[in-house]
Amino acid sequence: MRYLDKTVVGLSIAFLVLLFADFFMAEWVRFMGLQSLARGAVALGLLVLWRTGLVSFGHALYFGIGAYAAAMLTLVGYHDAFFLVFAGTLASGILAYLLGFLLRRYRGIFFALLNMAFSMILYGVIVKTEELGSTDGFSVLAPTFLGYAPEGEAVQTTLFLFTLFFTYIVTVGVHLYLKTTLGGMSMAVRENEIRVEYLGYSAEKVIHVKYVFSGLVAGFGGAIMALAIGQVDPDSMANWNVSGEFVFITILSGIGNVAATFIGAFVFELIRTYAFEYAPLFWQLILGGSLLAIIMFLPNGIWSLVDRLRKSEG
Amino acid sequence: MQELIVILVDGLVFSSYLFMVAVGLTVIFGVMKILNVTHGSFYAFGAYMSATLIGAYYETDWPEFGGFLAIFAAALIVGVFFGIVLERGLLRFLYHRDEHIIVLATFAMFLVLEDVLLMIWGTDPYFAYQPMSLLGSVDIAEMTFATYNLTLIALAVVVGLGLWLGLTKTKWGKLLLAVIFDREVSQAMGINVTMVFLVTFIIGAIMGALGGAYIAPTISVSPGIGVEVIVLAFAVVVIGGMGSIPGAMIGALLVGISRAAAVHKFPEIELFVIYAIMALVLAIRPEGLFAPAQARKI
Amino acid sequence: MNFTNKPARAALLATGLAAAIGFSAGAANAAETVVMAVPTFLTGAGAPAFGVPARNGAEVIIEAINKGTLPAPYDKSGKGLAGRQIKALIYDESGGGVKQVAEFRNKVQKQGVDLFVGYISSGTCAAITPVAEELKMLTIFPICGTPRIFEEINTNPKYVFRTMGHATADGVAEAHYVKANLPDVKGYTGINQNYAWGQDSWRDFDLAMKQLMPSVPASDKAQWPKIFSGQYGTEISALMLSKEPLVHSSLWGGDLEAFIFQGAARGLFRKKKLLFSVADTSVYRLGKKAPIGAIIGARGPYGIFAANVDTPLNNWFRKVYSDRYSTLPVGGSYQAAQGVLAAKFAYDKAAAANGGKFPSKDQVIAALEGATYQGIAAKVHMNRSNGHQAATKHMIGVLEWDKEAGGPIMTKVTEFGPDCVMPPQGINGTEWLKGGMKGAKC
Repeated sequence: MRYLDKTVVGLSIAFLVLLFADFFMAEWVRFMGLQSLARGAVALGLLVLWRTGLVSFGHALYFGIGAYAAAMLTLVGYHDAFFLVFAGTLASGILAYLLGFLLRRYRGIFFALLNMAFSMILYGVIVKTEELGSTDGFSVLAPTFLGYAPEGEAVQTTLFLFTLFFTYIVTVGVHLYLKTTLGGMSMAVRENEIRVEYLGYSAEKVIHVKYVFSGLVAGFGGAIMALAIGQVDPDSMANWNVSGEFVFITILSGIGNVAATFIGAFVFELIRTYAFEYAPLFWQLILGGSLLAIIMFLPNGIWSLVDRLRKSEG
Repeated sequence: MQELIVILVDGLVFSSYLFMVAVGLTVIFGVMKILNVTHGSFYAFGAYMSATLIGAYYETDWPEFGGFLAIFAAALIVGVFFGIVLERGLLRFLYHRDEHIIVLATFAMFLVLEDVLLMIWGTDPYFAYQPMSLLGSVDIAEMTFATYNLTLIALAVVVGLGLWLGLTKTKWGKLLLAVIFDREVSQAMGINVTMVFLVTFIIGAIMGALGGAYIAPTISVSPGIGVEVIVLAFAVVVIGGMGSIPGAMIGALLVGISRAAAVHKFPEIELFVIYAIMALVLAIRPEGLFAPAQARKI
Repeated sequence: MNFTNKPARAALLATGLAAAIGFSAGAANAAETVVMAVPTFLTGAGAPAFGVPARNGAEVIIEAINKGTLPAPYDKSGKGLAGRQIKALIYDESGGGVKQVAEFRNKVQKQGVDLFVGYISSGTCAAITPVAEELKMLTIFPICGTPRIFEEINTNPKYVFRTMGHATADGVAEAHYVKANLPDVKGYTGINQNYAWGQDSWRDFDLAMKQLMPSVPASDKAQWPKIFSGQYGTEISALMLSKEPLVHSSLWGGDLEAFIFQGAARGLFRKKKLLFSVADTSVYRLGKKAPIGAIIGARGPYGIFAANVDTPLNNWFRKVYSDRYSTLPVGGSYQAAQGVLAAKFAYDKAAAANGGKFPSKDQVIAALEGATYQGIAAKVHMNRSNGHQAATKHMIGVLEWDKEAGGPIMTKVTEFGPDCVMPPQGINGTEWLKGGMKGAKC
């Protein structure tokens, strides 16, 4: 029973509830949920990196690669969601593996900015590629699922189930990994890398593994996003402020628990949606203001609310 | 031959623009180790304030050249105001936090200030072309250049030299270097680090605002100008080495002249020049060309 | 910190919250209004040039529709859309296609919107088209320019309309104008922003020129500045050194204005002939600083080109608009107003056909498909892409300063018929251009 801790139980309950709720949710909530799962997946990757003290200001690179890889495959006639998402995830993972050899040598703000530099190169390449619609991007047809070709609302319903299932597996997997020795090593790398190396572990290898993982999940998120929205474009997928949003979600969630990233992503969507609805001229102010408030008053993210709740009860 | 001279002049003008845009960012990073996204807001507020003051100035009958004072006044007002408000009101509460959190806080502040800008000045653009018209044009190698653009080169040299001399030759500069080298030990030695940080942040803010204020007469001061500057400034600073003033200068020159050559010879690749140089430098010397050495603390 | 605490409750809380919001949401829309979403740029660089003028134009018309004060030919159909008041939701188009798609779904599924009239950027229109069709939402694009909407993204639209000509018409009209007015031109170059709109504009102008003036060479060093760069010193030098006397540019808004300031200071406009495809957005604002003597367009017969159109509708529009916003309406204002009028026209026509009862969505769509209605400045013929894409006449002219009136005016204006500049029904614009513009009636 060592794998069945409270987080796993919680995630499983949430999974089942959402699975059931999928068939009753208002369409816009499901759509928001789908986006939250996609962005939350990227934030999950960032969480894993953050545990080692590394923050990337350029994960829109992997998000964008995942989205564009999936979307480009639809242009040449592939429409199966399993294949598209797998390909998008893999493409990002391969890129992360290659760039990882360079990036694993850097720490702190250099690591953050080096990632941003690479993401901006991707942005430039997409803008320059008229065949891919430049800044306009191009649309992605509704996917099929192993031969099943849903229509209308069923597309989103099925995609939500699909996404939920994989997100659940990945999230539980990450949680369990973080409990292993290698996973636990990340905190040690953050606290003092040199001491870790004296213990016989290679800090660079730890970082490289995590980096590839974060690339994989970001690619997964991007591919899901491309299918959910039915459109890819560089400003929403690969620009630097998209990377900023991912870090925003990570801070909002706190790095205390894997489940928090998805709640954080959902809260982010809520803030943005309502700010947009009630203050169409000043939504940036509200978004920025909430971020500041969280940084100042909830330094460990919304997860610390759960902690406080527990303490006051217990 | 003519083309070569033109490329050089164009390149120098653009480099000076890049330097002015980036220098404030590198000053703040050098001393405080804060990557300040709000820099884009300083630039934008500087430009708006400059356009407003220039507009107001030319409503009067005062001597025409006084309009230039409006530019510097705008930079001072914006820089000192935001420098104090942001450092005292926000950043000082965050110094003990993770450096990435501070970046995110300045990112959040940038978002807020974008809308504050909109509340104050609205969406209509502001024009302040008088200083540029006033200076007219000069011919170099049978090519007409706007004199105002050329003065940008002088401004960049003055600012760059001034900061560099101030840092290496004055007592204040030496205190600053001590803080840069080791914040904790400096504090223990009796240096008022709080004051050093505040002053540095104000200087950086003034530099950011001055970039915007001086550019304002050549552009249409309209929403969104701050965003564009952030990435540009980041790139220059990353290439030169974060926190290094000579680095920012070299980075600006490298990008500026390469870009000018690209525009004249291969305009198709203009978009990539800056990113390509950034990637190349980062791959070879990731800390940037002139990064100060970092001590590894156990 | 304890990493394995009780997340079950939090997860339940969150999902419960989500579910509660989800189940309680319904289209809480009073039956007696028509909810019209009007997305337009309210922030960012697109706001002053297009977004805000478009919002203003739409507001003027929506208010007049609700009060029933529109002049002829809309003065007999009573207040509102088929008798129902419009409830307008004006919101920001900034943030890119993905965010706008999300917002589109929100507006439809959460706020019970009945129709959309809006979107300025081609990127957003391209992203919205498939979703609008999927959600079966009547959507009228009044402004965006990319031909791809009905040529690639959806060739058989049912719910999406565009009420102005697309970007191909601009390139064709410009090339015709150059051929007629600068027959001896020795060559042309360009400066266009390096993004979709700039790339499309240059491609279409270039293709049309190759057909109409095959002996005139294009420069291989057309300039591609980054969008919103604002610094054009180097590009101006390169243009001045180039041997081609004509410069094509689709710059707009702040970029255009910066380019004009910097170019004027260096005598670029004395040395080269400039052709600006959307400079009308800046002419009033720039006043005497505007590029006098340059060839300019407004993507159709709008803005400054409509200054002398003497119809009750246009006179009323110009007066109400300038009284209210202390500036004259520009292209975006006219185009947005034209989009809202399409809704007025379609709802009223459908109601009339429905025996005076409020029409269904399908009836409104049927009423607009293939129709011809009166825009503020010109007739709009919905006769391309199965009746979903408009064609209107197009105008190009030379900007001059009217000393007596103390304002900018258009001179040497040439008018091109809709069938001269727009590709015929069912033909891809680029292929039509490459094939020699067959079937054009000029």
